[in-house]
Order: sequence, then structure tokens, then C-alpha cells
Amino acid sequence: MPVMNVIQAVNDALRLELRRDQRVVVLGEDVGAFGGVFRATAGLQQEFGAARVVDTPLAEGGIIGAAAGMALYGLRPVAEIQFADFIFPAFDQIVNEVAKFRYRSGGQYPCPLTIRAPYGGGIKGGHYHSQSPEALFLHTPGLKVVVPSGPYDAKGLLLSAIRDPDPVLFFEPKRVYRAAKGEVPEGEYLIPLGQAAVTRPGTQVTLIAWGAMWHEADQAAREAEAEGIDCELLDLRSLQPLDIETITASVRKTGRAVVVHEAPRTCGFGAELAALIQERCFLSLEAPVARVTGFDTPFPYTLESEYLPRAPRILQAIRATVTY
Amino acid sequence: MKRERAAKAPVRADHGTAREWAAGRFLEEFPLYRVVDEEGRLVGGAQLELPGSELLGLYRWMLLGRSLDERMITLQRQGRIGFYIGAIGEEATVFGTVAALEPQDWIFPSYREHGAAFMRGLPLVTFMANLFGNAGDLVKGRQMPCHESWAPGHFVSISSPVATQVTQAVGAAWAARIQGDDMVPIAFFGDGSTSAHDFHTGLNFAAVMKLPVVFACRNNGWAISTPSASQTVSETMAQKAIGYGMRGERVDGNDLIAVWAATRRARQRAAAGQGPTLLELVTYRMEGHSTSDDPRAYRPAEVVEPWKRKDPIKRVQKLLEARGLLDEAGDAVLREEVRLEIQAALREAEAFPPKPPVESLFEDVYAEPGWAQREQLAELRRAMDADPRVANPRHVEG
Ligand SMILES: Cc1ncc(C[n+]2csc(CCOP(=O)(O)OP(=O)(O)O)c2C)c(N)n1
Ligand SMILES: [Mg+2]
Repeated sequence: MPVMNVIQAVNDALRLELRRDQRVVVLGEDVGAFGGVFRATAGLQQEFGAARVVDTPLAEGGIIGAAAGMALYGLRPVAEIQFADFIFPAFDQIVNEVAKFRYRSGGQYPCPLTIRAPYGGGIKGGHYHSQSPEALFLHTPGLKVVVPSGPYDAKGLLLSAIRDPDPVLFFEPKRVYRAAKGEVPEGEYLIPLGQAAVTRPGTQVTLIAWGAMWHEADQAAREAEAEGIDCELLDLRSLQPLDIETITASVRKTGRAVVVHEAPRTCGFGAELAALIQERCFLSLEAPVARVTGFDTPFPYTLESEYLPRAPRILQAIRATVTY
Repeated sequence: MKRERAAKAPVRADHGTAREWAAGRFLEEFPLYRVVDEEGRLVGGAQLELPGSELLGLYRWMLLGRSLDERMITLQRQGRIGFYIGAIGEEATVFGTVAALEPQDWIFPSYREHGAAFMRGLPLVTFMANLFGNAGDLVKGRQMPCHESWAPGHFVSISSPVATQVTQAVGAAWAARIQGDDMVPIAFFGDGSTSAHDFHTGLNFAAVMKLPVVFACRNNGWAISTPSASQTVSETMAQKAIGYGMRGERVDGNDLIAVWAATRRARQRAAAGQGPTLLELVTYRMEGHSTSDDPRAYRPAEVVEPWKRKDPIKRVQKLLEARGLLDEAGDAVLREEVRLEIQAALREAEAFPPKPPVESLFEDVYAEPGWAQREQLAELRRAMDADPRVANPRHVEG
């Protein structure tokens, strides 16, 4: 089986879908001849032509508004936003238009488009090349939000996202774009949206993470194991739809939960998970649900190591939760 | 007036790109304004209004800008700073504009106009501390390198999202008018940024309100890998002014004197209540977009060649020489001065502690930190005390 990194897996998925489905169009800034600033669309314009792999003018509202129009008309656009931090000029289109088309038209106008965006910190990107805006979209009914942690999931989830009948935000963990490598099957395979992966079974505490932070949680779980703490680690993969069954089954078993995300804490998705867990697993809980997150500040440059909820801080939360 | 001719353009039944439709009309309507040619000679009948001493000063600024950019790019390659973005080949657009403004005029930069901040007094050391993001950085290590702020010189905080500064400059102009101040802000942005909604909204607001503001579009031919011909099919950027009902001017952006004179005109008009001007400064991005970019992947080296002959610094050098204001020896002295200045600043900037204090992470989110920031600072301190790895960068292995 070929070994790929996340960028190659994304590229492979796009190539397969462009080949399989004439309705698929890739559009965004610098995605054409150049193949994107992270090279995720490398070679696609050369293979499928400039009509299907399109360099757009520099306007995210234009990219998403136009992609919405394409989707309404029957195409399957896959829009790239160069960095998740630059998605906000398109916020109106995404939140007020794309998310609501199906609902506001009584089901007459579905708007199935995929928005890919590299997200997250740890690359010395400062405020505007580091943010994790997933919660802003999770607060909008009508949008699906998917965040793979590695190449295998990236490919299988992206194929599902493009074929999904609803609009999907697909946030790619740029911190591990090249670092996360793994075996990726050739040809197509679909990972259904809404299924978390139990990447490490355990008994004492449930760790919940996604995207780049899954790697930190995994590291923390290994360190905890060395201290005799047995963690179960869930990679959510898809935040909407959310695999509530896997979460509740795990927390009912372990009685403890630590949620990790790099977005700021206040109103981050960890808040929602903590609420869901206490609503559903209250009688099983042995400790409060812990959140290890970015802080309530803009994403910093120099102090990004301190800011990111990396393995050492996660490990501390694991210990505190287990000994509560 | 030429404007009227454009308005009376016949409706044509055939299709084609706007460029074909325009057939050079706008190139004619917006001729490239130039004062000094590539050989440093004044073009037909032009006068040199800038005094010789000022010209020499600006030449030195340009040398400093170029030399700094080159040195900082090397520094990035050596891994001593994380990122750099400069203005190699575009120096005239930076120094020519700001030289024509008044000291009280606010500058709303994009991310290449560091030279504007230097002219307004930002010490080189402080700029470099921003590149290191260390304890000497006025921005407290919060932003990427090259995102400096310099309030003493009315140089506004730099944002990465493009074009947001265009509408903000409009608001500052509006505020100045409300307050009765003689203040004409300038907004810098690139050719790519003319596609962003803030460009269109900003120009429209400024024209509707007839505000005293100067829009400086550095048309350097590229937005990362996207050539300006794919960004817009307008023949010129200047003609975009017509749609908003304002004055537009296309200027040789590699001609310091032309940039200076055009900016001065725009400022005079603004201050006299005649409204905003869109300046298209035609220049060229000689290097990659930034140190994160390798242009060889999308731009053949040949296309850059012709622009080497149009170098804005050489042009001023030739002009100065022709006027007897500079000779080879004098030039060498200036270059050496600039080199030493950069070297000294670098040594000083690198000597600051590498990180700002950890509490600075939680300052300035609000005027006063809230309970969340205070609690989280305490939490972070406890975590750091318990495990020094919390503060150490480490990369995830796949
Ligand atoms: C809203 C937004 N989208 C995307 C980007 C990524 N980006 C950074 S610079 C750039 C190109 C800008 O080109 P131009 O406006 O011509 O300025 P130049 O860099 O050529 O000076 C892009 C797409 C951004 N900074 N902001
Ligand atoms: Mg440009």
C-alpha cells in the first residue's frame, strides 16, 4: 500500500473525484497551475484542465458565493480557502446562505459543496495563519464539519464530504500536513461522516480530540501509560454529525473525560462536548469533564508552544482527572 | 474630457473579454505617468520639483530598504527568523508615496511597506525585534514577522487578511473631516487585493462621502502565483476609479519622482475637498511572494528579466549622478553606511531575551484582562512549573 502524507491523500481524493464525477469542480486562490500554496491541488489543473480546476480572483466571498451557485445548479464544487483564517470574508455566504438554502427553500434547493481549508497552529503563523474556527461553524445548523487527523482519514472523509448531500467544511490539520504519514489504499474508499475512531482502547479515562490535537493526545496517552494510566482515545473525525454513541459508551465505561482542542476555550467545541457528556453520562462520571484548550486570547506567535494544548498539558489534565 | 468619451462608448453586439472590448482605450485614457526614464533622464518637458537634498535622502532610504530586505531574507534562510516579506523592486512605491505626505497623515499599510514606518521614525532595532518576536518587540511577539505597528508615526497595525485596511483608511479620513483635521490617510494594497470586497466598498464609500483619502495600489503583477491578468480583465487598475466616480491615475511605480508627484497631487486634491484618488503604481515583484514562496514553480525567470532594467533604485542613482549630486565614491559611502546601520541594529535586536514574558500572552485582549484571562494565566504558570516542556517547541512526529 502506498505511504502518503495528508497533502498527498487530499490530492489523491480530489483526483479520484474529478475523474469519477464530471460535476466536480475545484476552485480557489492559486489552486490551478501552481497547485495551491500547500500543493494540495498539484497536477490537477494539468490533468483536468483550467475549466474544472480554477484559479479565482482573490475574494473568498466570491469563491464561496460562486461555489454555492454551482452547487445549486447541480455541480459538486470543492472550494479551497487558502488558510482557515481567511474564511471570514465568506462567512456571510457560508452561514446565511449555504447553511440555510435547503431549509429556507423547503428542501427545494440543496447546496452540496465542500469547503477545504488548512487550519490550526504550531507552524509559527501568528494570528492569521493559525486559527481553528470550527466552533463558529458548528454553531450554525445546516453545516457539516469534518477534521481528519491523518492521511487515511483525510482521503476517505474527503471523498464522503464531496459526495455528501449537504455543505461540508473540511478543515485540514496543516501542522501535520507533511509530518503525518501512513498507508493509504489506492482507489476509492469512503469513511462515513459521523463515525469517531477509537484509536486506543482503554479503561480509566476517555480522551477526546480531533485533527492535529489528536497527535498530542496520542502522545499524552502513551506517556500516561508509562505512568500506569490506561487512556481510551477517540478521534472524532467528524464534529457535525457527531458520533454521540461512541462518546457516551466510552465515558460510561471510563467515568472520566478529557477534551482537547486548540481553539480558545470559551464556546469552543469542548464546551458542547462537556455539556453533552454531563447530560448523558452524569451518573457514570467520577470527575468533572476536563478541557485542555487554547487560551482565550488571539493565537500568538512567539508563545505558541505555551498556547497550544500539547501533550504535557494534556498529561497533567489526565492525572488530575484520574486522581480527582 | 476623456471620461465622457468612455461613457459614450457604443454598445457592441459581439462578445469577447473586456480587454478586447476595451482595445487599449483605457491604456490611452490612463497613460503611464512618468517623470524619469530608465536612464535617469527627465522625460520630455518634465521638471524635477523635488529638491536635490531630499532626493538624496530618499535614495538612501531606498538603499536601506533594499539592503534590509536582502539581509533579512538571508536571516530567514539561516533559520534565525521565521518569515520575511519585503518590497524588493517596489521601493519607489513605498518611499515615493510617504515622502509626499504630511507627517500627520496616517498610513494604512499592507505587509510590504516597512520602509514607510522607518521614514516615520520606527527604529530598525524595533522592527527587527518584531521579526524575532522577542522581548524587544512592541507587538509583544504576537504577530508574525513583518506585522509591525508604529503609532508614534501614525503607521497602523498590519493585518494579514488583505484589503481590510482600505475601508479602515476611509473611516480615518472621515473622522479627520468630522474633527476638522488636515489629515489625509493613505491605504496601501496590492493588485490581488483589488478583487477583495473591502477594495470595492472602500472606494465606493470614499467617493460617495467625498473623503480625503489616497488609495495606493501597488500593482506588482502578481498575487502569489496569480498574475494580475487573471485577477482582473481591466486593462488598468486605475480605470476602476471610474466606476466609483473618483479620480484614477496610472503611475510608473518604479519612478520615485512620478510616485512622489502623483501622491502629492492626490493629497492636495484630498485636502482641498476634491475627494479621493486611486493611484495605480505599476511595478514588479522581483522575488517570491515571501520567504515561504518559491516563484520558480509558477513563473519563468525570463519574465522578470525586462524588469531588471527598470530597477527603481538604479534609476534614481543615474538621475543623481546626472545632476552631480552623487558619484561612485559617494554611492559606496552610502551603501556602506546603510550596511553598518543594519548590522548594528541586528546585533542589538538579537540581544533581547528571545521570548516576551508569559503574562503578555493574556494582556491587551481587553483593556483589562477578564477572569478567564487571569485564571488561564495562573493555569499556564502552574503547567509550566510542573513540566518545563510546556514552554518548549516540539514538533509532532508522524
Ligand atoms: C483575505 C485573504 N485571503 C487570502 C490571503 C492569502 N494571501 C496573502 S498575500 C496574497 C496575495 C496578495 O496579492 P496582492 O494583493 O497583489 O499583494 P502583493 O503580495 O503582490 O503585494 C494572498 C492570496 C490573505 N492574506 N487574505
Ligand atoms: Mg501583487
